[in-house]
Amino acid sequence: MLYRLLIFALLMVTWLVFSGLFDVFHTTLGVLSAAFVTWISSDLVFEKREIPMAARFRQAGRMVHYLLWLLWQVVLSNIDILKLALSPSGLSRVQPCIVKFDTTLKTDFEKFLLANSITLTPGTITVKILGDRYYVHAISEHFAGGLDGEMERRIAAVFADPAPAKPEATEGGTD
Amino acid sequence: MILDLVAILLIAAGLVFFLGAAVGLVRFPDFYTRMHAAGKGDTLSSLLVVLGFALHELRHFDGSADVVVFLKLLAICAFIMLTSPTSTHALMDAGYEDGIEPVLGEDGENALTETRNRRLKD
Repeated sequence: MLYRLLIFALLMVTWLVFSGLFDVFHTTLGVLSAAFVTWISSDLVFEKREIPMAARFRQAGRMVHYLLWLLWQVVLSNIDILKLALSPSGLSRVQPCIVKFDTTLKTDFEKFLLANSITLTPGTITVKILGDRYYVHAISEHFAGGLDGEMERRIAAVFADPAPAKPEATEGGTD
Repeated sequence: MILDLVAILLIAAGLVFFLGAAVGLVRFPDFYTRMHAAGKGDTLSSLLVVLGFALHELRHFDGSADVVVFLKLLAICAFIMLTSPTSTHALMDAGYEDGIEPVLGEDGENALTETRNRRLKD
């Protein structure tokens, strides 16, 4: 029930921002639409419903922290591309290779986040994910060294569950 | 005034990164390395330009309309953060599936060959 309220609130905020009209008519339409969508498809978002709401909000806080860190990585990666592309000797430093590694992350969302983060950090792009194995194209061996698992640890830390809920949460996440 | 200045700086920085992405797109040796330039360069530069627009919308605080536009632009930023790396990854994967051989460095390995062997075996 709490999750339904949360989803309704998120939908409602989205409606208000995108509509930009706050009169009674449009707000009522928004409430009706948000309620309808919550009713028919609220089970599509948020896996692991057994996690208490407070823990979910702490996750969201850590997620924001992680995204800020990621944003900084994006800036670094772009400065990097800029240097490689614009300096006359830059091309000699382009020595591509494709490396593989196995992840311990479980849920689809965590894997998706890791893949996107790898793509956004300097010099590396995820080419393929087969099961738990990632294939990453790196622009040189130097950047491939950046895949030492720090990002994976950060993502795992974001979704680390509070101690009591842990056994059932990991069970729910494996499928 | 200050917000306008910051907005101009953000947009200008975005344009510089766009330049880097475009030059990289032309100069890099193969499809995969070009995707590095296109994928990453596009993400940050469109983010910076759209953020610049968003701050520009906030320049005078007289009514809610500007704030709504600001929030919509922030939503666009969020979508860019989500979709840009995803489409880059999709293009890389499609390129590999299509059989484009990556240019490798002097002693660069290609770990993907093992998937190709596996596929032939199946």
